[in-house]
Amino acid sequence: MTSTPIKAPRPSELTRVTTSVPATAAVRRPPDLVYHGARSPWELVDWRELWRYREVLVALATRDLKVRYRQTLVGVAWVVLQPLATMFVFVTLFGLLGRQPAAAGHPYLLVVLAGLAPWQLFTNSLQQASVSLVNNPNLITKVYFPRIILPLAAMVPAMVDFAVSLVILSLATLCCGVWPAVTFCLAPLAILPTLGVTLGLGLWSAALHARYRDVGYALPFLMQITFYLSPVVYESAALIPSSWRWLHACHPLVGAIDLFRWTVLGHAAFPWQTVAVSSVSLLLVLVTGLAYFRQVERDVADRI
Amino acid sequence: MREPVAIAVERLGKRFRLGPRATTDRFTERLQTACLNTVRRPWQWLRGSSRPTAPTTAHRDEYWALDDISFEVRQGEALGIVGRNGAGKSTLLKILTRITEPTRGRFGIRGRVASLLEVGTGFHPDLTGRENIYLSGAFLGMSRQEIRRRFDEIVAFAEIDAFIDTSVKRYSSGMYTRLGFAVAAHLESEVLIVDEVLAVGDAAFQKKCLGKMQDTAQQGRTVLFVSHNMLAVQTLCSRAIWLDGGSLRADDTPAAIQQTYQRATDSAAPSSHLLSASADGLVRVRSASARPIPINAALTVQSPVEIVVDYDIIDQPRRLHVCLYVFDSTGACAFCTFSEPSTHPPGHVRATCTIPGNLLNAGTYAIDVQIVEQGTTVIVGIRHAIVFDVLDADRTTSWLGTWSGAVRPACVWQVSSLDKATRT
Repeated sequence: MTSTPIKAPRPSELTRVTTSVPATAAVRRPPDLVYHGARSPWELVDWRELWRYREVLVALATRDLKVRYRQTLVGVAWVVLQPLATMFVFVTLFGLLGRQPAAAGHPYLLVVLAGLAPWQLFTNSLQQASVSLVNNPNLITKVYFPRIILPLAAMVPAMVDFAVSLVILSLATLCCGVWPAVTFCLAPLAILPTLGVTLGLGLWSAALHARYRDVGYALPFLMQITFYLSPVVYESAALIPSSWRWLHACHPLVGAIDLFRWTVLGHAAFPWQTVAVSSVSLLLVLVTGLAYFRQVERDVADRI
Repeated sequence: MREPVAIAVERLGKRFRLGPRATTDRFTERLQTACLNTVRRPWQWLRGSSRPTAPTTAHRDEYWALDDISFEVRQGEALGIVGRNGAGKSTLLKILTRITEPTRGRFGIRGRVASLLEVGTGFHPDLTGRENIYLSGAFLGMSRQEIRRRFDEIVAFAEIDAFIDTSVKRYSSGMYTRLGFAVAAHLESEVLIVDEVLAVGDAAFQKKCLGKMQDTAQQGRTVLFVSHNMLAVQTLCSRAIWLDGGSLRADDTPAAIQQTYQRATDSAAPSSHLLSASADGLVRVRSASARPIPINAALTVQSPVEIVVDYDIIDQPRRLHVCLYVFDSTGACAFCTFSEPSTHPPGHVRATCTIPGNLLNAGTYAIDVQIVEQGTTVIVGIRHAIVFDVLDADRTTSWLGTWSGAVRPACVWQVSSLDKATRT
């Protein structure tokens, strides 16, 4: 006898068996048989499963935070120092030029800081997310969990940094003689579009990086270009001609940063146009990012 | 009444791609080939040369690591999975633990799965033992409360009480392994998947692990146990399946599987009919094979192995000798042996070499065959001409771990007390 043909159980048979579990046989009443197979590529995220694995997300994020802050005292200082230094450079630069790319009545110092806070959240978490798959081959090839948890967890430390920069921002509003506006309460909400863009691009870069190792070289360069494309050290309303603003806003970070800055400055006009256009491109980036990540996730354990 | 089904595997298949597609991991290279092809294809078409061959090569570069596997495991059963390297055992486990997705088919699992594919999964060297228990537990699907409840038990099992707040990078490899196993073994899962963990740790710890596995099965949980070690499978499992070349060859009791497995490895693997000739074409090797003595017995550690090399000498008598290089599964040369040089007239020559019993260890061996002229010149060299498995059929010790070493000679031991001698 060389082969034994084995009858595949019919689903009906399985369900029938489930209902008649002997009470003594099991440690506790076993759950139903759950089937797994090749998942449809159209199913972008399995939310229920993501919720079940939330402990992994928490564990990974705390691991990253602990490792990061255990060894370095500079950790927190760095979060404060980096935006202040960048701000100083640009305030000096545009001060020497004699013209600051901010709308009339907006203190430029505050404009830059309000741009740098979401920018740093974006750039730091994107950097971490892009290497989140390639840096954890031992996890990916050894144990199952929804892979999207890796880039998600990689974004958490940057969010903690962002909380620190919110404190700096509120202090800066005081320094500029602008009492924190009522809209400032909305700042934690207004950062959500930035997080959306970061997640979308983070998924793209993490998945691309897992497939093609040279993506790691291209990313710093692309980030530099993105810095100038995004309204970080300028206000789009003050620098971009109004007829071109819709095109500029196709870059999803434009609307996201404009929205955040609006909550900090308080009395500025709401940037309807850029926010509307950017929302569309944000959605596009996020959905394609999820789709491509899903595609790569299927065989990442075999190829990493 | 039969137990309910715990694992149902239905026509599972997994395809891998080989060749340039899989090895290209640079985006720029992909762009470059894409650009070159857009230029090349029309040019080839214009020249009327052969059509682009992409579709046919794509098929050749694929292989099915698992092909149409179906079986089911009932609750409380301990199923052994045996097969040679590359038979698809690891791929099957990786699919069942959901590390990779199957290309075809589906499988159903009742409840949680704990896998001991690799102990210490998710450990971070900079974190302490305590932190790593929570981290590793999360990966295995345990909630924080569950880990807290079993924390003391885990620490006691791993025997690392004193070091629980030391970062694991200062642990010895034994402590690391013990901690990893302890976390995984204490997860209250319905299904436990074990892959060769017996190969790690010292004998005492192995015994503890085996005990834990037996407890697991007796508690009505399902165990999947993958091993090369037929002996361990027979001891621990109530049923076994045999994978070969990605398909399911047999599904039976471990004892029956062992017999079929041995018969097949004896008849299929050792003989390798090939023809290789010297550069001048005047010495031709017909075949090289290995077989146990007596011939229809199983090839075990204890049995002598007869290596037979058949070759033809054409045209004129030559003074030749045959060399055998024996390699173990790690690729290290275990030993080499050669015949006395002798002159034979043209015709069929057979060289027979007997490797004594109690020399080779259990595992896969490969033999390179060389035919050497005048004591120095290699005129025929065949790499891995013979590949065969040596089985570990009966061990007298209770220890089931991997027996280290390229060879396992039966050494003569004498252990006696010298107390009286030293006193006088």
